[in-house]
Amino acid sequence: MYGTARLWRSWPLALVFIAFLCARAKAQEPPYLVTYSDVLEEPGNLEIASQNLYSTPKDTNPFYAQTVEMEYGLAAWWTTEVYLQGQVTTHDSTVFTGFRFENRFRPLRRTHWINPVLYVEYEDISQADKSFLEVTGNAVIQDKQVSNALLRKDVERSVEGKLILSSYVKGFNLSENIISEKNVSNEPWEFGYALGVSRPLANGAHPGHCVFCRQYFSVGGELFGGLGTRYTFGTSGTSQYAGPTLSYSAPRNVTVLVGPEFGLNANSADVLWRLKVAYEINQFRDLFRRSK
Amino acid sequence: MNPSRTQVSRTHVSRTQGRRALGACCGVISTALLMGAANGAWLTRVPPADHARTNPLVATAQAQENAASAGAQIYRNECAKCHGDNGAGLHSRPPVVSDRVANATDGDLFWLMSNGVPWRGMPGWSMLPTAERWQLVAYLRALNPSGANETPAPNPASTPLQGNPR
Repeated sequence: MYGTARLWRSWPLALVFIAFLCARAKAQEPPYLVTYSDVLEEPGNLEIASQNLYSTPKDTNPFYAQTVEMEYGLAAWWTTEVYLQGQVTTHDSTVFTGFRFENRFRPLRRTHWINPVLYVEYEDISQADKSFLEVTGNAVIQDKQVSNALLRKDVERSVEGKLILSSYVKGFNLSENIISEKNVSNEPWEFGYALGVSRPLANGAHPGHCVFCRQYFSVGGELFGGLGTRYTFGTSGTSQYAGPTLSYSAPRNVTVLVGPEFGLNANSADVLWRLKVAYEINQFRDLFRRSK
Repeated sequence: MNPSRTQVSRTHVSRTQGRRALGACCGVISTALLMGAANGAWLTRVPPADHARTNPLVATAQAQENAASAGAQIYRNECAKCHGDNGAGLHSRPPVVSDRVANATDGDLFWLMSNGVPWRGMPGWSMLPTAERWQLVAYLRALNPSGANETPAPNPASTPLQGNPR
């Protein structure tokens, strides 16, 4: 009961973000919670997002994880982002689990049939992290049965690279992420993947002003999981998830994404419930400029 | 062996000069990039087939009006933050009410929205559905009525750009 009460005490932060729904709207990004597409942050824009995850895996205490993301568009071809992560586990504790610093680069000048984006990340995350922003190596849900006190002592500092490929075909976005991660200590390379497909509910905009028009909604699906390590490459002994997503990009700056992700094998949690709320500050850098 | 006061002062002066030089270099580069962004060089990169494309959503006057109205909604949501509500451009960013836009073909504008000019600050908007990009083109035509050409102008890609068309 004590743990559950703590869990509910963490929700006000999420509610603060939902309060931003009163504000105006933002760009139509594909509705992915894990997969990256070729869409970068617009130059000068700052996006602040809260990604919330709740799960009740078998033989493991229920947990709630929150990730605060701050994403800034340095240029039209370069986006930088910082993640701060924490979690609450019932009958256990609340812990800050670490941070990630990532950069995404778009190397090509034009839009092609397949648009590549290069992703480089440094992360300093303890094993207590339960954000499931990606799955790499042989990470399985049973790893999370250990108490936070023990897990948080094991901090992983790693460098991660992703090759992001994204295409637009007949109104659909198809995105593929190939992930490789190397712990800076002496551990083997770990691999993972994420795939996403999505589509806006409407192909064209409505001529009149509206708040809940179909063009502001997108639906999609994601599939992601680990691919083992250099020595154990493959899907056996890894966790795999798939699920639908739905997003609403309110006219102008708020986006809400929801989606359950279902575990596809015994190494995965049954369901990961996710809610992401993002607020974009348009042309944040203009706040510091004198000229109009 | 502490350095004398004169040595410290000289070091301080050289550091200050170094910072000023760095600042001046950054200023020159930023100005060059902004000028480059505004010079319309992207027009020379539009392939002829894209240059010749026409807006499929404006077959009739009513359709043109609907498309422009829808484009206005998209413009307000996605473009006004940089190009301004009135299209005049904010903070030295290029205006969308200009001779260059007026003289560009529908295909040129559609190509620009799809590809952007990422090295000069304009992102591509290929994530917008095709119809929405054409609706934006219709809105830009409404903002720049003199550019509503029935026949496409010669493709700048096949002729060298003559100065700054801005």
